[in-house]
Amino acid sequence: MLAFFIRRFMQAIIVMFVISVVGFAIQDNLGDPLREMVGQVVTEAEREVLRDEMGLNDPFFVQYTRFIGNALQGDLGTSYFFKKPTLDVIFAKLPATLELVLGATLIVVLVSVPVGVYAAIRPQSWFSKCAMAFSTVGISIPVFLTGIGLIYVFSVELGWMPSYGRGETEQVWGSWRTGLTTADGLLHLILPSITLSSLMLPLFIRLIRAEMSEVLQSEYVKFALAKGLNPMRIYFLHALKNTMLPVITVGGVQIGTMLAYTILTETVFQWPGMGFLFLEAVNRVDTPLIVSYVIVVGAIFVITNTLVDLIYGLVNPTVKLAGKSA
Amino acid sequence: MALLSIQNLEVSFGLRDGPVKALQNINLELNRGDRVGIVGESGAGKSVLGFSILNLIAKPGFISNGKVLFEGEDLVHASQKRLRQIRGDRISMIFQDPMMTLNPVLTIGDQMVECLHAHKKISKKDAREVALQKLQLVQIPSPEKRLDQYPHELSGGMRQRIVIAIALIMDPDLIVADEPTTALDVTIQAEIMELLLNLCEQHNVALILVTHDLGVVAQVTERTVVMYAGRVIEQGPTDEIIKAPQHPYTQGLMNALPQNCLPGQLLNQIPGSMPNLQNIPQGCAFNPRCEFVKESCLKERPDLQSTATHDVACFKVHPERSELLSTGNGSDVKERA
Ligand SMILES: Nc1ncnc2c1ncn2[C@@H]1O[C@H](COP(=O)(O)OP(=O)(O)OP(=O)(O)O)[C@@H](O)[C@H]1O
Ligand SMILES: [Mg+2]
Repeated sequence: MLAFFIRRFMQAIIVMFVISVVGFAIQDNLGDPLREMVGQVVTEAEREVLRDEMGLNDPFFVQYTRFIGNALQGDLGTSYFFKKPTLDVIFAKLPATLELVLGATLIVVLVSVPVGVYAAIRPQSWFSKCAMAFSTVGISIPVFLTGIGLIYVFSVELGWMPSYGRGETEQVWGSWRTGLTTADGLLHLILPSITLSSLMLPLFIRLIRAEMSEVLQSEYVKFALAKGLNPMRIYFLHALKNTMLPVITVGGVQIGTMLAYTILTETVFQWPGMGFLFLEAVNRVDTPLIVSYVIVVGAIFVITNTLVDLIYGLVNPTVKLAGKSA
Repeated sequence: MALLSIQNLEVSFGLRDGPVKALQNINLELNRGDRVGIVGESGAGKSVLGFSILNLIAKPGFISNGKVLFEGEDLVHASQKRLRQIRGDRISMIFQDPMMTLNPVLTIGDQMVECLHAHKKISKKDAREVALQKLQLVQIPSPEKRLDQYPHELSGGMRQRIVIAIALIMDPDLIVADEPTTALDVTIQAEIMELLLNLCEQHNVALILVTHDLGVVAQVTERTVVMYAGRVIEQGPTDEIIKAPQHPYTQGLMNALPQNCLPGQLLNQIPGSMPNLQNIPQGCAFNPRCEFVKESCLKERPDLQSTATHDVACFKVHPERSELLSTGNGSDVKERA
């Protein structure tokens, strides 16, 4: 298990290294930082001196080493617009985004598992057929359209739901402001969460149904039937455990993808999170902030994938053995 | 009363172009401790027969006619609840490939004790004790350790021993073993077969052994049923069938055995292959491959008739039946059990 953990950890570090190179290359090629800092009045000769002083004329490798050195100390640069360290700016918005992802993930898990399993067990029932039809249609509706549709129906027409923002939030831990502890905050979370989940939900229903149907055809399920076991035990222990193995792997990747779609969701709902911040940073050509966002999102992606792999290793007995013998 | 009595059993598969019959007119009777072999080429319907005993035919298949009486109780029309009580308790099964039969994500111990818990009230500790006993019964080295292992940690031979232990865990009256050694290493096949035979003898368990190996049948069983294209074409005492097979198909199977071929020669395979269920030839299903084929074989299907020693469905063995047909009384004979 330990060997497995260490191997996964090394892989994560390599991926983070690649992300940092890409991030740095963006910074290096996107606009001239001097223009942002000193304006138009400074002469070209003076600019050249400043460039030398700031190390902008150093070779790529030297500049990158400096960048990484600072990054390891938690310094990814200063936002041009906010005039504050980029990480501070991003971390202030992180809770909003994580809560949105959490809400969407909960919806995906709580809906897709029962629906997918049911559709595999009773493929002929009208409910299963409706669920499959819904998921076929759902997969092809763009996220922003779902968001706008929900706002139109539930906020504009029915007036049941707020249409933008996080609502009331509370300080819980350090700079973490949460909307999960207030009724108003939770109410504001519903539509954005549904919107963000709308892409993954159909995918997971289909995935779970397909995996489960295949597992139900397996010899070990037939053997379990021949042992006279209760069908509930066969479905929810024998079959579901095997179904979830591939689903967990796909799920890890999809949580990362979901992070990308927060940009759209947060824009539609004016949700004050990282994605919204990123879009603003792009509009303002706030290069350090853009690069920091890419690196932070990359890190979240790597962390979730590593965690998912570890969970997979815990659930799947064959992986543990590979770790032991390695 | 017979332990198991299969009467006029018919199994169909509802396929797109209408139902096809995978089994027709099967009759079989077993008493306690009897051992019967079921042989035939791939696709003959041996596994379908094995599964239909426990009423475990998966869709689109279904039992379309006949009875399966277990101690007089008809399993074809029994409730799901009643079937669950019988499965794994009174009748258990052993499958072909032990690599696929055990659930990869559950421990051996869990897969053993769950069968006990499903069939009787028993404490966790006692259940573990019973599982341990059964592992000793199937001669697994260090059984204590095995309970907490996962299937992938064991070899194929060991896994099949575990499957046998699970099949025996409730002390059943009947075991249906569907090619229990086919997927194993040749060196282990004999070991597992002998273990199964000994256990059935010791515990007076009846055995239905599905196989395509006549050699195994000769070694283990007292009676043999030879199947072709979903029907029984020869059945009787194993030694009679081995000594003097009557049906040309059974003779072909015997000739194909490696010990009946000269060293260095190709095996004497029966030419051709078993017909698809959708286009079984008119008359005797074996007629395209039979070297003794006559006109009557192409027109009418011979039914199972007794000879001095056992039952055979062939006009060569019963020429008088085909004469009967040619004089116009054929319809009378057709479809009689
Ligand atoms: N799920 C199914 N759907 C349609 N037809 C089936 C199905 N299962 C079995 N059959 C039909 O039943 C016939 C007999 O199958 P069965 O598995 O009993 O053969 P077998 O004698 O056990 O062969 P083998 O030696 O390969 O195991 C097959 O030829 C096939 O046409
Ligand atoms: Mg078979």
